[in-house]
Amino acid sequence: MENETKLAAGAMVALGVATAALVVLPYLQVSDVPAPAKLRPYTASQLRGRAVYVANGCVYCHSQQPRDRALAPDAQRGWGRASVPGDYVYDKPHLLGSMRTGPDLFNIGARQPSKEWQLGHLYQPRAYVKESIMPSYPFLFTVKDAGEAQREGEQPLALPPGFAPAEGQVVVPTPEALDLVKYLQALDHTYPVLPAAPQP
Amino acid sequence: MDSAALSLLAAFLLSLLGLFAFIWSLRQGLLVENPAAASVIFARGEVGRVDDPALHAAQQHSLQAAATAAPPPGADAADLRARVLADRSSALPVFMFAAFACFWLLLGSVAGLTSSIKLHAPDWLVQQGWLTFGRIRTVHLTAVLYGWITNAALGLILWLLPRLLRTELRGAPWTLLGGALINTGIAAGIGAIAMGWSDGMEYLEIPWQIGLFLVAGLAMIILPVLTTLVNRRTEHLYVSVWYLVAGLLWVTLLFVVAKLPGVHTGVQQATTNWWYGHNVLGLWFTPVSVGAIYYFLPKIIGRPVRSYNLSLLGFWTLAFFYGQVGGHHLIGGPVPGWLVTLSIVQSLMMVIPVIAFTINMGGTLQGRMHLARWSPTLRFMMFGGLVYLASSLQGSMEALRSVNAITHFTHYTVGHAHLGAYGFVSMVLFGAIYFMLPRVLNWEWPYPRLITVHFWLAATGIAIYFVALTIGGWLQGLAMLDPARDFMASVTLTRPYLEWRSVGGCLMLASHVVFVGHFLAMALRFGPMRTGAALFGTARPEDLELAYGK
Repeated sequence: MENETKLAAGAMVALGVATAALVVLPYLQVSDVPAPAKLRPYTASQLRGRAVYVANGCVYCHSQQPRDRALAPDAQRGWGRASVPGDYVYDKPHLLGSMRTGPDLFNIGARQPSKEWQLGHLYQPRAYVKESIMPSYPFLFTVKDAGEAQREGEQPLALPPGFAPAEGQVVVPTPEALDLVKYLQALDHTYPVLPAAPQP
Repeated sequence: MDSAALSLLAAFLLSLLGLFAFIWSLRQGLLVENPAAASVIFARGEVGRVDDPALHAAQQHSLQAAATAAPPPGADAADLRARVLADRSSALPVFMFAAFACFWLLLGSVAGLTSSIKLHAPDWLVQQGWLTFGRIRTVHLTAVLYGWITNAALGLILWLLPRLLRTELRGAPWTLLGGALINTGIAAGIGAIAMGWSDGMEYLEIPWQIGLFLVAGLAMIILPVLTTLVNRRTEHLYVSVWYLVAGLLWVTLLFVVAKLPGVHTGVQQATTNWWYGHNVLGLWFTPVSVGAIYYFLPKIIGRPVRSYNLSLLGFWTLAFFYGQVGGHHLIGGPVPGWLVTLSIVQSLMMVIPVIAFTINMGGTLQGRMHLARWSPTLRFMMFGGLVYLASSLQGSMEALRSVNAITHFTHYTVGHAHLGAYGFVSMVLFGAIYFMLPRVLNWEWPYPRLITVHFWLAATGIAIYFVALTIGGWLQGLAMLDPARDFMASVTLTRPYLEWRSVGGCLMLASHVVFVGHFLAMALRFGPMRTGAALFGTARPEDLELAYGK
């Protein structure tokens, strides 16, 4: 090869083909799918919570894409039906994830709707799941004097015995933690969807 | 039309195209071997002479004696002079990129080891947000991918191209500015991620506003590179030039398309994410490293690559197939079925360029493998080349649905990614830096034993890391597929393997401390001075020639 123009052109054509297949065609095919009727857009606080989820990299251990029964027992684990493109129309950035160091969270709002459980679990996962390797997130909470929290009208966490702070102290969630839990509670895709159209 | 008929038609058209390409290549004489083209990396009369600047003169002699009984009488003086001038024109930018690369390597591996330990000690360092696993892990990824590998790759490109094109680097000051911009972007990106400002997509976490720095910096490197290419003094473009120039253009385009703000959403964004995620490995790290091996390995052993045309076949098949493999990260996901199938097929097609590369390198090394005992640089290159074969074949297998069902979502994939990015790419880049730096600084590596220490620490580290995560990830995947077992079973069983991973990570970090320390010692002029005058000094090329092969 003696011609640098051919080299650059050939290289660009090869990448162009790949871009057409993996970026442009999916754009044409699935970027304007309609949202399922029962999928609600995120509220402002849920969006703030989603930003906390992104900022702290929850996606690196939790996927949001249950697979089909034929491929994996995701449904039997209570993670829900296989997801379809319509489920993600309000998702930006997408949070499909590539690891399941922890369980899939696509339907965590349906599986574990309790706000108390979610908050306490974020504060110290091992208080609820003994063998868990999830990090604890003390920086999303403040430890306060019990009386002070009561005066400010804040609701302290009810932690399992052995995990509460010292006598007279309580753990109070920050607004970030409350938003994050609102987002987790909103992760509920249990509504039925029509089976996906046969793939061409 | 149904999908079966469509795919049959596509297969028919493809084979027709393949047939035409074959006839065309016959007419062009591409199947006739071309030893002259393969020899352009040598000066006239230099074939047969070994070259490893990381060795002292005495060691060079034993390397030469081990290679051939009778070394060639002498290389063409004009060619050597051109090479010295080429090296001098790129010395400052190359040194800058290598120094940045070393800095990010050290920072990135500390962050990596921290996140590894956090996976089996989840209550360690949890009080600060920036130290939480999800952020420090991403700091690690950004520091090693963009900071270490990309900087080292850019340095390699700027050093190799003037040599291969027998001309001086044009616009060197622009590359310095480009490097400053890129590293500003990397530093700002890492700071942003640590603070919790992230675009949220794997490999693309650097916020797009900061990404503009990277794009501007890359543009300022591409322009001098293309100018140098146009002003070359060789007729033939050696295959490494293809890999390096194409890789540089590819990564820039990839980054721009993937980062376009406000375009990508939902599932389509996920396909774009993995199109980028796999291509940054396949069309940036891989071509740069393969291009480096195609230069350094023949150069060290003093023998041109066995089959030059095979290397060209490898280039074009890599260019075509690798770009389309990203969809295999979404097997079983909510994406169009045709896309996943296409990616699985192209993942398997990747066997072609990998086998072409391996046959070629095997043939070139035939009868000279024992030289790795003398040359540490060759050892790094051979290790990298072998791991390229292993990790690519492993990657092709992982794309199969049956295997992917087990390995997807597990630590197995993490092991594979490190085998590629560390065992292959980083090892090649280490070797390249050991070769380049004595020429860049005109100073020998002060403590050559440290190179061997570095090699064995790194090789043992990645071996432990890979074996632990491969076994642990596989068992984890099996546990997750078994509906009778609780999900927590898949977590608890991985813990010993995650601990072993940290052991491997410790060895790798130790090797980097040795490497960067050695680099600093050299840059600060420790150790005995053995070759020529100082860098950036006033040395005349005539004086430097002594250092080159005489």
